[in-house]
Amino acid sequence: MTGGGPAHGPELTAKAAAGEVPQSAGAAGSVASTGTPVIEGTPSFWAKFSKSSPLVALILQRLALSVALLFAVSLMIFGGVEALPGDFATTYLGQSATPQAVENIRKDLGLDQPATTRYFKWLGGAIQGDFGNSWASKNSVSEQIGKRLGNSLFLAFFAAIISVPLAVGLGMLAVQYRNRLPDKIINVISLAAISLPEFFVGYLLILFFAVQLGIATFPATVYDSMTIGQRLSAIALPTATLVLVVLAHMMRMTRAAILNVMSSAYVETAELKGLSSLRIIAKHAAPNAVAPVINVIALNLAYLVVGVVVVEVVFVYPGMGQYMVDAVTVRDMPVVQACGLIFAAFYIFLNMFADILAIVANPRLRHPR
Amino acid sequence: MPDLLSVKNLKIEATSYPPGEPPRTVTLVEGVSFDVEKGKVLGLIGESGAGKSTIGLTALAYGRGGVRITGGEVKLNGEDILKLSPAGIRKVRGCKVCYVAQSAAAAFNPAHRLGEQVIEASLKHGIMSRADAEKRALYLFKVLGLPNPETFGQRYPHQVSGGQLQRAMTAMALCPNPELIVFDEPTTALDVTTQIDVLAAIKHAIEETHTAALYITHDLAVVAQITDDILVLRHGKMVEYGSVKQIIEAPTQDYTRALVNVRGTKRDEAPDQSDTLLKVDNITAGYSNGFKVLQNVSLHLPKGQTLAVVGESGSGKSTLARVITGLLPPQEGTISFDGKPLPRALKGRSNDELRRIQMIYQMADTAMNPRQTVRDIVGRPLTFYYGMRGQQKTERVKELLEQIEMGGRFADRYPAELSGGQKQRVAIARALAAQPELILCDEPTSALDPLVAEGILKLLLKLQDETHVSYMFITHDIAIVRAIADSVAVMHRGKLVRFGPKSKVLSPPFDDYTDLLLKSVPEMEIGWLEKVLTTRRMESAGN
Repeated sequence: MTGGGPAHGPELTAKAAAGEVPQSAGAAGSVASTGTPVIEGTPSFWAKFSKSSPLVALILQRLALSVALLFAVSLMIFGGVEALPGDFATTYLGQSATPQAVENIRKDLGLDQPATTRYFKWLGGAIQGDFGNSWASKNSVSEQIGKRLGNSLFLAFFAAIISVPLAVGLGMLAVQYRNRLPDKIINVISLAAISLPEFFVGYLLILFFAVQLGIATFPATVYDSMTIGQRLSAIALPTATLVLVVLAHMMRMTRAAILNVMSSAYVETAELKGLSSLRIIAKHAAPNAVAPVINVIALNLAYLVVGVVVVEVVFVYPGMGQYMVDAVTVRDMPVVQACGLIFAAFYIFLNMFADILAIVANPRLRHPR
Repeated sequence: MPDLLSVKNLKIEATSYPPGEPPRTVTLVEGVSFDVEKGKVLGLIGESGAGKSTIGLTALAYGRGGVRITGGEVKLNGEDILKLSPAGIRKVRGCKVCYVAQSAAAAFNPAHRLGEQVIEASLKHGIMSRADAEKRALYLFKVLGLPNPETFGQRYPHQVSGGQLQRAMTAMALCPNPELIVFDEPTTALDVTTQIDVLAAIKHAIEETHTAALYITHDLAVVAQITDDILVLRHGKMVEYGSVKQIIEAPTQDYTRALVNVRGTKRDEAPDQSDTLLKVDNITAGYSNGFKVLQNVSLHLPKGQTLAVVGESGSGKSTLARVITGLLPPQEGTISFDGKPLPRALKGRSNDELRRIQMIYQMADTAMNPRQTVRDIVGRPLTFYYGMRGQQKTERVKELLEQIEMGGRFADRYPAELSGGQKQRVAIARALAAQPELILCDEPTSALDPLVAEGILKLLLKLQDETHVSYMFITHDIAIVRAIADSVAVMHRGKLVRFGPKSKVLSPPFDDYTDLLLKSVPEMEIGWLEKVLTTRRMESAGN
């Protein structure tokens, strides 16, 4: 029963629903401050609630799970960074690292305090959107990340609005012409695109469009002073690379999910109503194939934000990925931690939204008996 | 009067892909011809594999899976629809000819409201405006006796019952005002008490709208109530074609005669003298959501006898079997077997206690591992309970296969290479292998064709005579109860309504539910449906 798992969390979910969640990174705190809320003794309320409005109950459950997960991830990021070999002070000082100088720097950065104190201090700040100051540049991490994140999202947004409709449309087209020439062409091209590493696709695009034809901008670096048109022209190639990389996965999943539904009895009913095959696919098959497709789309959207490190480096694009790679090389821990947490938040919440959308797409849950 | 639908010399083929052999073409239907006049109903009858559905779908120029119509002609109003272009065929489907599927639950799209689906074909073919289509849907919902017809269309398929869905499917077929409807076993998946309502609704709707119909079923008693003519099919060929009266009252072919007389098996009950084998005392059971599926059920079963448990789906009869096997420990009450109390849960029972109670399921298909041979399936309990191996096991498997009238040559076959009846026989052999004292039979014949089912029932009776095994036989079919039971338990909504020797339970005075159940079973008699409906109307008028 659905009531079994979440039976111990009405308090937690009520809080999660109260509005802490939308600020993705900050949400981790609601759990930290309430501790691990295992509240026994009220399962009957939750059981009743999940029966009367299963949709709301399931969504609350997903929200609570996401927040709990994010909290766990924050622990792992902090723990992982703690366990890393090497030390900022020694790296920073280089040759002049006398024990006294190292000690001073550690004291300045607060590294002499116990790990638990530093963790809660960091988490408390993170909830309010303050990730501390970068050790290397002494600037506020939040400020620097803000701009970088904007750039990353800008790129991901354009890659997404091109790739998602294209993938779903091509998937439907492949079903319409299944096992015929258009299907095979779509399949081969998408397979080729998914098989080539993204840096290779990137360099190929640069070679053709920037070097030989000279119609595209390279490098794709964007500046504050650029107009929106200049920005769009700058990100054309990285966007194309990303679209090629994520397209095949979503397209193939759409095709498989719809094909799976196409063998069901209600599709036969639609056929026997004399409907056109395009209407059958779009109206009768697709709505029932939504859940698996949404999940793959969410994974790929998350990839567009989180996994673009290589593409950003290839195109010299000032996004989050590049920022994190730079920070790792100089052991600038506040930056690494902040990037890690934000990436994790994107991943978790995109998947959560996919789950919730899939739940909402299910008429059995949307319209209980 | 010109015929609406005229099928001549139909030939239908498919390509089969037997494992390990080159694909070959099999002929599913050959030399079938029939005519349907305007406003008349033709019944297509036969067992599974007779090609009924395949023939029915040719009226829509549709071949399911890889089925191809390779010969003959299908004329609708004088026009051969097999020669039409895909666009032309689309204008026939859902417009002139509509289809009602066996399982409305699967045939409705779960993502859309019922009303939208009912009027979709009418709108897409431009037959009527949305307002008119909605008006017509409302009218049809009323004619078909659906509850709250005004709001029924707002609901989703999962929100209504199976019987209502089947009627909604009929409304969907009737909505575009077609000239012909193909009904493909529209009541087979329903309980008898629901079936009679749906049958009456379909009959009423056909009369009201003057639509012609092809009515496909394996149940001659059902087809006798609703059709004008009957075409009996077997292995894709015509056996007999005539009016209902002629087929039911004066069949000329042996096969038709066998179908008409299929419910002939009857057995007198044995006196309830021998020792009690199974005693179920005040059992209450349910699942974790707090809903009680069984409430205070008490019954007993003597050694070597058969107890039939009857009721419609959801009455708790299968749950009772699960409780007895220990799969679902009861919340209250006790079960004793051969005078000793049985541990409540499966885990607490000894191997010997497990051996003495065996089970046969409705779907032999899903109850057997498709990757094991018959030898492995039947041999497993021999090894498990008796430690048999090698030659001894092979011998015993052969003996068991002889006992179920199949023979040792089946030992190396896989379930997929057996027919439905043979699979059920193997399942019986597997149960017998443990040499049990009680076999719980959960609707073992309801998925089988009537003649095959009768063979299984006869086998079960023969085995009982030979081995003195007891059966608890779960069924919804009163004819089976008459055929095999010594005592009967009638269940309704988790409660035991009536329990006792067969002669007492099945004779008056009845309680309301048993009365309804008995009166709902179609009889092989023309005009039976009208008679029952008239009685019902008079009774309700009398009240």
